[in-house]
Amino acid sequence: MSDLMDYDEVMERFDPALGLEVHVELNTATKMFCGCDNTPGGEPNTKTCPVCLGLPGSLPVVNGKAVESAIRIGLALNCQVASWCRFARKNYFYPDMTKNFQTSQYDEPICFDGHVNIDVDGETYRIDIERVHMEEDAGKLTHAGVTGRIHGADYSLVDYNRAGTPLMEIVTRPILGLGERTPVVARAYMAHLRELMVALGVSDARMEAGNMRCDANVSLAPKGAHVLGTRSETKNVNSLKAVEGALRHEIRRQGALLAAGERVIQETRHWHEEGWTSPGRSKEEAEDYRYFPEPDLVPVAAGASWVEQLRATLPEPPAQRRARLQAAWGFADLEMRDVTGTPGSIDLIEATVTAGASAASARKWWLGELARRANERGIELAEVGVSAAQVAGVQRLVDAGTINDKLARAVFDGLLAGEGTPDEIVAARGLAVVSDDGALGAAVDAAIAAHPDVAQKIRDGKVQAAGALIGAIMKQMRGKADAARVRQLILEKLS
Amino acid sequence: MAAAILTATASDLGARIAARELTAVEVTRAFLDQIGRVDGAVHAFLHVDAEGALAQARGVDERLDAGEALGPLAGVPLALKDLFCQEGVPTTAASRMLEGWRPPYSATVTQRLLDAGVVILGKTNLDEFAMGSSTETSAFGPTYNPWDLARIPGGSGGGSAAALASFEAPLAVGTDTGGSIRQPGAVTGTVGVKPTYGGTSRFGVIAMASSLDQPGPCARTVLDAALLHAIIAGHDPQDSTSIDAPVPPVVEAARSGDVAGMRIGVVTELGGEGYDPGVLRRFTEGVAHLRAAGAEIVDVSCPHFRYALGAYYLIMPSEVSSNLARYDAIRYGRRVGDDGTRSTEEVMRLTRGDAFGDEVKRRIIIGTYALSSGYYDAYYGSAQKVRTLIARDFEAAFAQVDVLVSPSTPTTAFKIGERTDDLLAMYASDLCTIPANMAGVPAGSFPCGLSPEDGLPVGLQVMAPPLADDRVYRVGAALERALAAPDGGVLSDRLAPRWTPDAPKEA
Repeated sequence: MSDLMDYDEVMERFDPALGLEVHVELNTATKMFCGCDNTPGGEPNTKTCPVCLGLPGSLPVVNGKAVESAIRIGLALNCQVASWCRFARKNYFYPDMTKNFQTSQYDEPICFDGHVNIDVDGETYRIDIERVHMEEDAGKLTHAGVTGRIHGADYSLVDYNRAGTPLMEIVTRPILGLGERTPVVARAYMAHLRELMVALGVSDARMEAGNMRCDANVSLAPKGAHVLGTRSETKNVNSLKAVEGALRHEIRRQGALLAAGERVIQETRHWHEEGWTSPGRSKEEAEDYRYFPEPDLVPVAAGASWVEQLRATLPEPPAQRRARLQAAWGFADLEMRDVTGTPGSIDLIEATVTAGASAASARKWWLGELARRANERGIELAEVGVSAAQVAGVQRLVDAGTINDKLARAVFDGLLAGEGTPDEIVAARGLAVVSDDGALGAAVDAAIAAHPDVAQKIRDGKVQAAGALIGAIMKQMRGKADAARVRQLILEKLS
Repeated sequence: MAAAILTATASDLGARIAARELTAVEVTRAFLDQIGRVDGAVHAFLHVDAEGALAQARGVDERLDAGEALGPLAGVPLALKDLFCQEGVPTTAASRMLEGWRPPYSATVTQRLLDAGVVILGKTNLDEFAMGSSTETSAFGPTYNPWDLARIPGGSGGGSAAALASFEAPLAVGTDTGGSIRQPGAVTGTVGVKPTYGGTSRFGVIAMASSLDQPGPCARTVLDAALLHAIIAGHDPQDSTSIDAPVPPVVEAARSGDVAGMRIGVVTELGGEGYDPGVLRRFTEGVAHLRAAGAEIVDVSCPHFRYALGAYYLIMPSEVSSNLARYDAIRYGRRVGDDGTRSTEEVMRLTRGDAFGDEVKRRIIIGTYALSSGYYDAYYGSAQKVRTLIARDFEAAFAQVDVLVSPSTPTTAFKIGERTDDLLAMYASDLCTIPANMAGVPAGSFPCGLSPEDGLPVGLQVMAPPLADDRVYRVGAALERALAAPDGGVLSDRLAPRWTPDAPKEA
């Protein structure tokens, strides 16, 4: 492990410069250059064909849907769209590449010169986007042996199911002047991209699944020097927390090196979940990829009218939508932050409100009971197994007084068990609240008789003591009593 | 009977098979027998698929017997250059690297042939990965020119051309990157056409240089080549560079051969010093025949053609260096030195070092260098500019004339071994053919008599504007007609007495 300098001390002495290269796997039905199934996983090497296996004689054909997604991503990032651009071959040997070149784009990216504004704690930061380009993913190598890396492996297994998955690379220009906020802004930018990809519907954008990965570049320059220092590039960082952690770590590591009069080596580094980075490949002797225009593909010419058609399909920008919904729902900033922090919840709440529930109740169920269940099972909220319409149905029963919140949880159990509609579950499980005065009156009389001291307090005017009696009655009636009516009856009888 | 089959044209065989005068099986057997009889001397084939060919022929016979109407070449056998993938049939590109590899899929061209009922006899020899002008770089030994077995049959498609000239097949398919169809056609006295780039699909054709490679027909007569062209050409969605346009009317043009009123330009840069006088003499006579047939002949200058060869030898190897990177011993083909002690990288290196021949390695090295950072602009970049200038020369020329003509090659067939140590002389074999590849225009080589110097075939090249492949055939047919023997025979018919059994003696 390297020496680290105290973060605040680094900030006193140095200015960090940030650069982010984000790879996004598209969720197109087929791969970038062939008709193979693009869904992840499957038995190794079953989602392959002569093209993505790079067999002799095979030729690529561009997936039009992937180009469409690339342009929509570019437009959502306020980029220019190239009216004419080509693919290029990036030549290097590696066993996870079936052709030993990656079909990518080089000096003619499909989208370029964009920007996004990122809000962090009330401040807005502008991130300039240099380019968005299209390429293909490689296969997956599994190295058997102690090292887990290709060097020193006993043998390696290769699965080409992922080979040819469409990848978009989104590259920022150097981002300067963020100071101590550098890691936080980087994280917020990633969160923004993730949200954007989901809103565009172009990628599942699940960082933990590798749908979205970030190469985080950072360098330090003496404070006020206005030069760029030597950078390190931490590869394939795959969570928001890790992006922030890797940058903090690299800033502290580089600070220590520079303060000690040593130099930062330009290299790639690997992030370890325990909170540190280790050196990877040195880039001092830069590999020569011998890029040249891909002769097997014709140029992509995105006509202006097509681009405008695609522009019309862009969703409302996530930040704008958040602001609009927050106002419509009347949420406080803090409440809205919980919504933003729970992936998928904004869509679910919106759908639940559309289905007739109040915003507050929709938020309560999704971020409370249902988020808890999703967390327990380690799944996304949207995968929890209850629909927005069902949540609205449950809330309708609560609003009607048929059930209370506690009984509602049992209704969710029933929904997840597939026992039918909320109404059917309430009927089948006998969950309806008892509000019949006859039954409640008897229970109240019994409770008063069982707790004469409490009853006396209430008679003496200590109305808040009624809670103890209500609790006892609820317990006796297994939560099914209409608590409000019980309270009324107690006070009537003891006044 | 056998001889009558072997020397017949493909169109004639197709017609007789369709009329049920002949069966596809008996025709196929005749050619398989001929291969068995002569290929020991010619070595045109790397693999003869007798079983597969007879099965295909039986299928055609059954369909015809059932009254199905098939195309004009149904049941006619063909020799396929061993660069085309054919599912389940060994495909080597004449390289040790792919020895024993059986593709799990078929090239679009292969599939179109099979769909048209054309019977594929087997896979023909070529220079390794199509890199050469003589078939001498084949890892499995050279092919010999049926006109003189001490001489090369041209390359890379020497196997296909020699198969035609020795009556082992009436049809063949080749690929042309810098002349690999036309130059072998010229030196074997057969017809070979490189279609407009994008006119035939490259899908399933083992790549040499993607921006230059183009499959095309080979035959002994112009009409046969045109009939074959019509079968293999046309849009293929699996090849992005394939043109989505109707196939030019090549068969009509080949049947017509009418050049009256056509303006034909003689490229002044393709001739003169370095050309065999015998070649130039026959070429001049060929042009005179075209004039006599009613064409107007003019001289046309294409000043940048002189740079074509140099630019070609930068662009082609650049693409080669990338296209051949996939041969790495991981997924298919040869693997050398994998004894459990070596790393993946070492096995890759050993395999590529062992299984590629010298010419392949030379081009990979040149191409790697030309694309390297710091050299790219000077080499690959400049070569691309030359390419643009050559295309402009063609544009300017075709503003004045309907087609351009030149000798197909500067010399007739040279002796085996003669140029293997003189690469520049070897590369110069393609001097006349390369410009068409650089610009993507269609071009064909047609027999133009025998050189008075050495008695070997001379070819006349016709080049036309993109998508005007029909003009190539029209001029080729006019020349064929003008040079026809009294019995209508074509140049290669003169080899019949030598290569076919019981053939009537030469008149």
